[in-house]
Amino acid sequence: MESSKVIHAFYTDDEVLLDAVKDVKAAHHHIEEVFCPFPVHGLDKAMGLAPTRLAITAFLYGITGLSFAIWMTNYMMIQDWPQDIGGKPNFSWFANMPAFVPIMFELTVFFAAHLMVITFYMRSRLWPFKDAENPDSRTTDDHFLMEIPVHNNEAELTALLAKTGAVEINVVDKH
Amino acid sequence: MSHYEAPIREPLVLGDKSYHDITEDIAKPIEGAANKNWYIAFYISLAAMLWGFGCIFYTVGTGIGVWGLNKNIGWAWDITNFVWWVGIGHAGTLISAVLLLFRQKWRMAINRSAEAMTIFAVFQAGLFPIIHMGRPWNAYWVLPLPNQFGSLWVNFNSPLLWDVFAISTYLSVSLVFWWTGLLPDFAMIRDRAVKPFQKKIYALLSFGWSGRAKDWQRFEEVSLVLAGLATPLVLSVHTIVSMDFATSINPGWHSTIFPPYFVAGAIFSGFAMVQTLLGIMRKVTNLEDYITRMHIEYMNIVIILTGGIVAVAYATEFFIAWYTGSPYENYTYLSVGAATGPYAWAFWSLIIFNIITPQLLWIKKFRRSFIITFIISIAINIGMWFERFDIIAIVLSKGHLPSTWWRFEPTFVDVGIFIGTIGFFFVLFLLYARTFPVIAQAEVKTILKSSGEFYKKRREQGIPTKPAINVASNAGTTDKLDKE
Repeated sequence: MESSKVIHAFYTDDEVLLDAVKDVKAAHHHIEEVFCPFPVHGLDKAMGLAPTRLAITAFLYGITGLSFAIWMTNYMMIQDWPQDIGGKPNFSWFANMPAFVPIMFELTVFFAAHLMVITFYMRSRLWPFKDAENPDSRTTDDHFLMEIPVHNNEAELTALLAKTGAVEINVVDKH
Repeated sequence: MSHYEAPIREPLVLGDKSYHDITEDIAKPIEGAANKNWYIAFYISLAAMLWGFGCIFYTVGTGIGVWGLNKNIGWAWDITNFVWWVGIGHAGTLISAVLLLFRQKWRMAINRSAEAMTIFAVFQAGLFPIIHMGRPWNAYWVLPLPNQFGSLWVNFNSPLLWDVFAISTYLSVSLVFWWTGLLPDFAMIRDRAVKPFQKKIYALLSFGWSGRAKDWQRFEEVSLVLAGLATPLVLSVHTIVSMDFATSINPGWHSTIFPPYFVAGAIFSGFAMVQTLLGIMRKVTNLEDYITRMHIEYMNIVIILTGGIVAVAYATEFFIAWYTGSPYENYTYLSVGAATGPYAWAFWSLIIFNIITPQLLWIKKFRRSFIITFIISIAINIGMWFERFDIIAIVLSKGHLPSTWWRFEPTFVDVGIFIGTIGFFFVLFLLYARTFPVIAQAEVKTILKSSGEFYKKRREQGIPTKPAINVASNAGTTDKLDKE
């Protein structure tokens, strides 16, 4: 099958890679994926990736945590079992609110941090016993790998990639 | 290149390193065999840990009457140790979160180990309140769970309960922050492992990290947001610990400066412990090119600053105790009474170890000396322990009635549990140093071109960091293509 054929171009320098990505994009080729050993600044923009919305989810999770803390302190301390502790009766949530600020803060952080990280792990498919998907083991050391699908333009792509400084170019069948 | 760095700044990575060299250097301690010194240190720590566990079993089996507590001093060593360990656990997240927000690149060589230290120290801290309950199997009663006791809930007005939420949030968020940062580094170890068992273990630990561009984009965003969340969190934790004291009405505890002063003290002691650990680790693991003299100096500057805040707080407490003219204030932990009374030795230990000794760091030569830094860091660890001991034992030793004037004397069990937690801490840290990538290598690689010695020198000579592309030599493709 023609469409399952991809080119793996290897680079050994982040700046060369970044320029190569720009050149390949400029030549109107689709870049399927880039595997990197470390974050390369500006790579997501050069590849045309949409910005991540994880920070927005963290904000929403934080609001959830804050609401949960307000509900919990109100239910337990005011509604269900109001107590008079040290001559300070629990008549209303607002009058007692200052004592609940630490709980509200901690639960906001707890919810925001954990749920955001869980979302990140799910979205990026990271969990224990998950098999790694980088096609070459050198991509976690010092090699960058650009994956481009081939559509009967192998020679053209190979020439272009070689010109951008790829140190190794492989055509592989992707299953 | 990730950012511009002035040529006048000292390099953060020494030597002519390439990306691959960083991989090799970080992987070496994990792939090589442990040396004799490691085993000696490990067995001493293990013995101390087992001794401590024995003392814990004795305490739980017999009751906390085996401690030196009495009717007047109801908490002493245990809470001293708790606050001491929590304080030590403050440097890790400060380094990884606050310094990330401030874009301090030097944190990258030390954040991994500082965070490991944080997590292991908070483990030790958590042990003490649980043992102090006397019935540790009931520890879950601190959680707001529906129960069989007439639906009596936990008391959200109590600073002790705030502590439960603060410490557990801090521990779990620090752990997740640490682990997320570890994923790419575990993946690096996984991909070069030759032994099948080792490969399996690191594959499991790395959660299948593949390093896609999208993963890295999310990784960086998550790190930044976690840093933003962890920064107020780290400040809140010791604030809440200080409220265990500050919300009480004891003279000497009822103090509004406690929260900021405790936070500064925590950072002070946390950095001291980082210096103690890294001073040894950089030698043992041959990472002197990454944890350089400059890293040590920068941490010493943080120590001078936070130590200064602590010293000002002491002076304020001392002055206020005297200025009130109240006889009850004359036996707070910083007062004439404390300086001349039966606990004078503890008072002066605090002053000497915590205020006077760190002043040596104003001298640049000392600040940049590994040996002197190591000695001063030990002194600060001792001094900060005495600070907590003084706050608790001296204040409680003289109540409002002469009939409540008691002193605290530790038993061998008190001492044993404390030594046990030190042993436990070092057992964990030594195991960590052998099995985990102790430096965040993926992050260090991002600053190699801007802050590495090799590239800094080249830039001074006007050579660009981007290597020239030699098309002739790499126009070659693999055999597979040639055949086609």
